[in-house]
Amino acid sequence: MQALYAQLLVGLINGSFYALLSLGLAVIFGMLNIINFAHGALYMMGAFCAYFLLNIFGLNYWYALIIAPIVVGIFGMVLERTLLKQLAGLDHLYGLLLTFGIALIIQGVFQNYFGSSGLPYAIPPQLQGGMNLGFMFLPVYRGWVVVFSLVVCIATWYLIERTRLGAYLRAATENPNLVRAFGINVPRMITLTYGLGIGLAALAGVLSAPINQVRPLMGADLIIVVFAVVVIGGMGSIMGSIITGFALGVIEGLTKYFYPEASNTVVFVLMVLVLLVKPTGLTGRAT
Amino acid sequence: MSVITDNSASASSGRGVRDEMVAFVIMAALLATVPFTGIYPFFVMQALCFALFACAFNLLIGYGGLLSFGHAMFLGTAGYFTAHALKVWGVSPELGIVIGTAGACALSVVTGWISIRRQGIYFAMITLALSQLVFFVYLQTPFTHGEDGIQGIPQGMLFGLFDLSKPTILYYVILVAFLLAFLLIFRTINSPFGEVLKAIRENEPRAVSLGYKADQYKLMAFILSGTLSGLAGSLKVFVAQNASLTDVHWTMSGEIVLMALIGGLGTVFGPVVGAFIIVAMQQYLAGFGQWVTVIQGAIFVICVLTFRRGIVGEIAALFKRSL
Repeated sequence: MQALYAQLLVGLINGSFYALLSLGLAVIFGMLNIINFAHGALYMMGAFCAYFLLNIFGLNYWYALIIAPIVVGIFGMVLERTLLKQLAGLDHLYGLLLTFGIALIIQGVFQNYFGSSGLPYAIPPQLQGGMNLGFMFLPVYRGWVVVFSLVVCIATWYLIERTRLGAYLRAATENPNLVRAFGINVPRMITLTYGLGIGLAALAGVLSAPINQVRPLMGADLIIVVFAVVVIGGMGSIMGSIITGFALGVIEGLTKYFYPEASNTVVFVLMVLVLLVKPTGLTGRAT
Repeated sequence: MSVITDNSASASSGRGVRDEMVAFVIMAALLATVPFTGIYPFFVMQALCFALFACAFNLLIGYGGLLSFGHAMFLGTAGYFTAHALKVWGVSPELGIVIGTAGACALSVVTGWISIRRQGIYFAMITLALSQLVFFVYLQTPFTHGEDGIQGIPQGMLFGLFDLSKPTILYYVILVAFLLAFLLIFRTINSPFGEVLKAIRENEPRAVSLGYKADQYKLMAFILSGTLSGLAGSLKVFVAQNASLTDVHWTMSGEIVLMALIGGLGTVFGPVVGAFIIVAMQQYLAGFGQWVTVIQGAIFVICVLTFRRGIVGEIAALFKRSL
């Protein structure tokens, strides 16, 4: 039973990363009509940013949690202003190809300087140790990751679905020209949205640094799983992305316990099943 | 969907086909003289395998408007099947190629049936995820020998006549296979089937309203593309004499997209040019480690931002010809 709970926890943690990343992908897709292939690379940059902050500037985890998403988010906004912006009006597939190229560049540069092995990042002292919950032993940091991710996801949902800014955003997704006619600076909103999505990815990177080590290719395989998550959930709804992300993480964790051989592939198999039953994804609209 | 493949818009005119036939004869003649020029034949053989792979990929994106980001699964599957059949079962080369290509064909039937349910970006993500699924299956099944791959594959006598361990003979066998497959693709895109495919790419609802079963056409194109990619994978086994996980990995799927993109999506000869450029680049920059990845990424960015028609597409536009 201990092992089952442990795998469930691992599943919840992976689910937090799936949720944070697919949420960012969905927000970006809504505004820019681009599937951001560079998302995994920017997640990796978030983790490296935390590593640099600690080892070069001596700023600890708590600073990294705030600074890394901002720095990487600004980097993302520069990418949007200089490169992605030029694709306006072109086929969506060009966005995929361009961001794939950006991902290759970022990952290649980091691989050149840091190889493929992992750099250690210590768990902050406040979150070390564990709690005995009676039925299982809960490492504090892992519990923190799940709770904090959940809070960030809900906050993002609230921002987009319940605030005035979010209303502008959703309106601009539906009809950018009309929103512009009301005097709202839509290009700036697009840039900020991209920054927000990237910031979420970088935040996931910081959270994962003490668990998964900091590696140049840490986002490369993850992003493919997240794509499958996005296909399963559909990109129509924010809450849908969050729930699908966590649920798939848990299912993956359960698979690791009951049938470990399939734990790498279970998300992809589920994607196939969902496509056979409901091709638009669980929450998706027909596109 | 018309934007990504505007190269092929004028390809159906009579003059276009004549231009392309002339270019094909020139290409075949040039490639036939390679063994006499002192160019390293293994480089050209490898490039020819990738050229065939890129042409098969281009059939799907250029004429069907479907961007597959998982084509490596067909290359790798055929490679593993052929390698296993040759080494473990000891079959003849021709049978090995048939087994490999048939394996890729079967895989493309299943994956095509699943993935054509969605279009555009979703199609790309689904094919990528499916190929990752196939990758993990090969990582875990014993017959692929995991990280080591299948090595030291015997080349054998094709039809009992041609000794494939002799580089010159192997070269001409690969060349003939490439040219035949190229003609098959060329014939397909200029056939009524190809015309309907282009119509679906340009405006699917309209094609459906005219009575064409769009899904069947897309599935046929997917199977043809996957099968020919498999042929490329089977041929590659005789050149490299190994089959490894590299050929099933998503980086390979990305490379083939890059080859078709740099040469010109939706052009007849673009993928061939692109394959030679990328294979040559990997050959000459092999000592630079991961900078090759950075350069490939940079080429992606430059192509998408400034050079969307690709090399052959730009040349064709310059001379107002179809190539």
